[in-house]
Formats: sequence, structure tokens, C-alpha cells
Amino acid sequence: MITLTDFLIVSAALFCIGLYMIVSKHNAIQILIGIELMLNGAILNLVAFGKFDKINNGGQIFALFAIVLAAATTAVALAIILNVYKKYRTIDPGRINNLKD
Amino acid sequence: MSLAQVLFYVMAFVVVGSALFVASTKNLVRSIFMFFITLFALAGLYVLALADFIAITQIVIYVGGILVLILFAFMLSGKETLNVLQQQKSKFISLSKLPAILLAVLFFVVMVNVITKIDAGNIGWIKQAISTNTEIKPNEEMINNIGINLMTRYLLPFEAISILLMMALVGAAHLSRKERGAV
Repeated sequence: MITLTDFLIVSAALFCIGLYMIVSKHNAIQILIGIELMLNGAILNLVAFGKFDKINNGGQIFALFAIVLAAATTAVALAIILNVYKKYRTIDPGRINNLKD
Repeated sequence: MSLAQVLFYVMAFVVVGSALFVASTKNLVRSIFMFFITLFALAGLYVLALADFIAITQIVIYVGGILVLILFAFMLSGKETLNVLQQQKSKFISLSKLPAILLAVLFFVVMVNVITKIDAGNIGWIKQAISTNTEIKPNEEMINNIGINLMTRYLLPFEAISILLMMALVGAAHLSRKERGAV
């Protein structure tokens, strides 16, 4: 029997790896991957708890919504990254220090 | 130890290991392709949590959509992104990464502590679900129920998310268009 705690620990590990990537990386694409890892940790939590909700399916349906939201986030973030690259010729967030012009 | 448990540990090991590789490697292309492995193994974990529809959606949207999008962005942004990585490589040992590692590890310790303290199997509503037999069993199919619930109980969030998805689509197209003169 796989207990709920096992799922929670795996998702905590994923979340922390994502946190590490967001804090330490110098590349916007890798930071985006870190955000995706954190989102996946959250979705794993939703799915693991959703196992105990047969009638309303709350966990699974909101996991679906979270996946769709992640797709929307990625599309917009990548468009922003491409724009930033066009303007600055770099995607290191540490070197982007102006808002407009 | 049952087969499901063995599979769970294998999948969990693959997920955490490949995620660690994604976080630690200096090569951006390698990290993107290892991210594939992480997502596939996560889909396996969803199957073991008896959410097969979520697993399929994960493969279709994440692996088929998001990862291809990331690869596109990586290829469009050209050689410059790789140069940033090359400069990092020369520094080799990373004392600057130490605070980030410390933060992540301490956060993980705190979270594991919390998870073991709350003892998730004994929360009230989960016990109630087990006793009233409303937990999902491995031999039931949930897709019918998910479809019905999506169109009745969760209709409002469904519509809201479709509007948000369209807004994101328009926004992404607007952001990445060719600029003509002054805006």
C-alpha cells in the first residue's frame, strides 16, 4: 500500500528542487523549468489527495486546471523571454535592469 | 512489498534523480531533455495515484506542448544563451550557489517535518472517506465521473479557465509579434 505521506515527500522534494533552480540559475529558461517543477510538485499533491474524493473529484479536476494554467503561463513567459532577448541580447535576469528604454 | 510499491519507489527515484540532474547540470539542452524524463515519470506517479486521466493529460500537454515550446524558445534565442552558460562553467566550484542550496535543503527539512507531523493518513476527512468507502479503488474508472463533474459542479471554473487561456493566447501572440515602428 502506497501511503499518502510518500506522495507528499516526493512532491516536497520536487518543490525544493524547483526552489533551488529559481534562486540560483542565471538563465531565464532554466528559471522557467524551475517554476514548472514547483507546479508539478503542487499537482502531485492535488492528485494524491484527490484519490480520497470519488464523488466530487475535486483534486483531479483542479489538477487538470493547474496543468492548463501551467501551459498558459509557459506560453506567456516564453514570449516575454523572447522579447527580452531581442532587446538585451541576454536572458540573464541579473543583467536586465531597465523597465522601458 | 507489492508490485505497486516497487513501481512507486522506482518512479519516485527517477523523478527526484532526474530533477536533481536538471537542477545541477550546466548544459541547458541536457537539462531540457532530462526534464522530459521527469515529466514522464511524474505521469507514472499519477497513474499510481489512480488518476489515469491526469496522467494522459500530463503527457499530452506537458511533454507534447510545454516542452516543445521551451525547446522552441531555446532555439530562437540563439547562441547567446549558451555563452552565458560557458562563462559559468569556467567558475567551476560554486560558492555562490551555497545560499541557494542551503535554502532549498532547509526548506525541504521543514516540509518533511511538517508532513511527518501531520500524518496525512489520519486526517479526519481522509479517514471518513476510507470508512464510507468513497476513496478511488484501482478497478474503477473515473473518466465518466470526471467528465460529468467538469460539466456540472465545476462549470464556472471551467469557463473561467477557458477565458483565461484565450487571454493568455492573445497576450502571447501580441508579445511575440513583429514590431512596426513606434508602438
